[in-house]
Amino acid sequence: MSPLQKTAAIILCAIFLLMVLATILVPAPYARQFRDAPNARPSTAHPLGTDALGRDSLSRLLYGTRVSLLLAPAAALLSTVIAALLGSAAGFLGGRFERIILAATDLSLALPWLFLLLTVRAMLPLDVPPMVSVVIAFLMMGLLGWQASVRVICAAARGVRDSDFLLLARSSGCKPARLLLCHVAPNLRTLFYAQFWISIPLFILTEANLSILGLGVMEPMASWGNLLRGFEDFSALGANPWRLVPLVLLVIVVMCFQLVLPSQEVTQ
Amino acid sequence: MIKEEKTTKLPQNVLRRLLFLFCLGIGGAFLSATLVRFAPGYGVQERELDPRWSAQSIEALRQKQMLHEGLALYYLHYLWALAHGDFGESDSLKRPVRELLRQRLPVTGNSVVRGLGIAWLAAALLASLGLASRGWLYEASSAAFSSLLLSLPSAVVAMLAVQLRAPVFFAIGVVVFPRLHRYIRSLLVRSYDQPHVLAARARGLGSGAIFWRHVLPVAAPPLLALLGVSFTIAFGAAIPIEALCDSPGLGQLAWHAALSRDLPLIVNVTLIVSLVMFAANSLADLAGRAFAGSVQ
Repeated sequence: MSPLQKTAAIILCAIFLLMVLATILVPAPYARQFRDAPNARPSTAHPLGTDALGRDSLSRLLYGTRVSLLLAPAAALLSTVIAALLGSAAGFLGGRFERIILAATDLSLALPWLFLLLTVRAMLPLDVPPMVSVVIAFLMMGLLGWQASVRVICAAARGVRDSDFLLLARSSGCKPARLLLCHVAPNLRTLFYAQFWISIPLFILTEANLSILGLGVMEPMASWGNLLRGFEDFSALGANPWRLVPLVLLVIVVMCFQLVLPSQEVTQ
Repeated sequence: MIKEEKTTKLPQNVLRRLLFLFCLGIGGAFLSATLVRFAPGYGVQERELDPRWSAQSIEALRQKQMLHEGLALYYLHYLWALAHGDFGESDSLKRPVRELLRQRLPVTGNSVVRGLGIAWLAAALLASLGLASRGWLYEASSAAFSSLLLSLPSAVVAMLAVQLRAPVFFAIGVVVFPRLHRYIRSLLVRSYDQPHVLAARARGLGSGAIFWRHVLPVAAPPLLALLGVSFTIAFGAAIPIEALCDSPGLGQLAWHAALSRDLPLIVNVTLIVSLVMFAANSLADLAGRAFAGSVQ
């Protein structure tokens, strides 16, 4: 690990710690309105001021960080598991199954990701409780975000399929399921980790885009995307620079994830 | 021998892609029809809830809607209409989807093409300069710049574009640029490190000649494939950018359709975009293969 990667990892750990301690650190619940202080400037009571509805910005930022940083890895895990299952099976079995999986992957890759998400989102009710909207947003990303990883995993599994140790295991009478689980999958573990790490910043950014467009996490639940919706009035940011904090935090986290990522040889 | 094999395989590849495109169209149409047919509220018209309409009129309306048809007949009608370019009517805008697509597709196409032009130019220029200089400071600063842009959500870029009164295509270019820069740089570096490039350098060839004659031909096939992928990225970026910049393109239409749960519209827009994207990707891929064949 290079010093830059170590620094990025330390920053990420610090932000994760803040997220875990959100309940203790927040001055007020994220949805509580201080009706006598809308759009307040930073003060001891509200270190990052309040939003237009009088809600404490620091509390919303900490809770938003918790939502985005807990659920993006969860969605990444789901998509990696799907990609690992499909990719390993396709590469290991080969033949028609591999061709079908790769054709489906090509097809999904050709489709702009946001169009697909919007189509699925349009099929679900929009007036759902905030907590359900959070689950829907990230579940959707997890279930639809596996395509890019399948190709890479399939190519690696194909390489393992032709290896000597697998031939030996097969000649020893190992069943295909056991071969896949005990011999192929462990050899692709590094690749699974890499794909998992790659997906996290992607899902964080997708959630931000969806929420800014009003199709992600619903109010009053806080998420980075929801907090960035306040940027529509950019002119006000000059007078209130502390409102840039959510964007700065998001950029720092995504950049740190990019830095911590394994080398390109592993991920491509 | 290898070249001959490649040239004979090319028509097969073209045919295979066309067949796949056809199957995709049919499969996508079936899927679209299913989604529209089984969506809640299918076939229910606001006029049916109007008390001024008599039972006979409502019945006539329903007959007009062909609600009495079986599922197979519904699919047949849907496919038949689709084959004749009839994509149905938008629930929210009360206009034919075909007409909306005809109006919106050129707007997005124009923004995407111009945005891609900017992004490719900037990414190729920066990557080539990096290759020429190979200086630590230049590499680090260009990597940091593209990493920063990569960390910005497209919607934030769109809001910045609104504030700076920048055109939509510029915002699309800003979103696509860092993704392209990364890949182009990596491809060029990989090609530059090939043994035949080292041999050319040892023979004293100029850097321009090495780049055009030895580096670029090796990097061209994956670059052409990247061109297809960049179309997909740009179309994806068009949704938040057009929605927030109030540009009347396909992205804004898709966003509007999703917000108003207009399934016939969103499903058909997605189907058309996927067909266009798949065709663009296939074309870029085939061009890359043909080029690789000719180089070999």
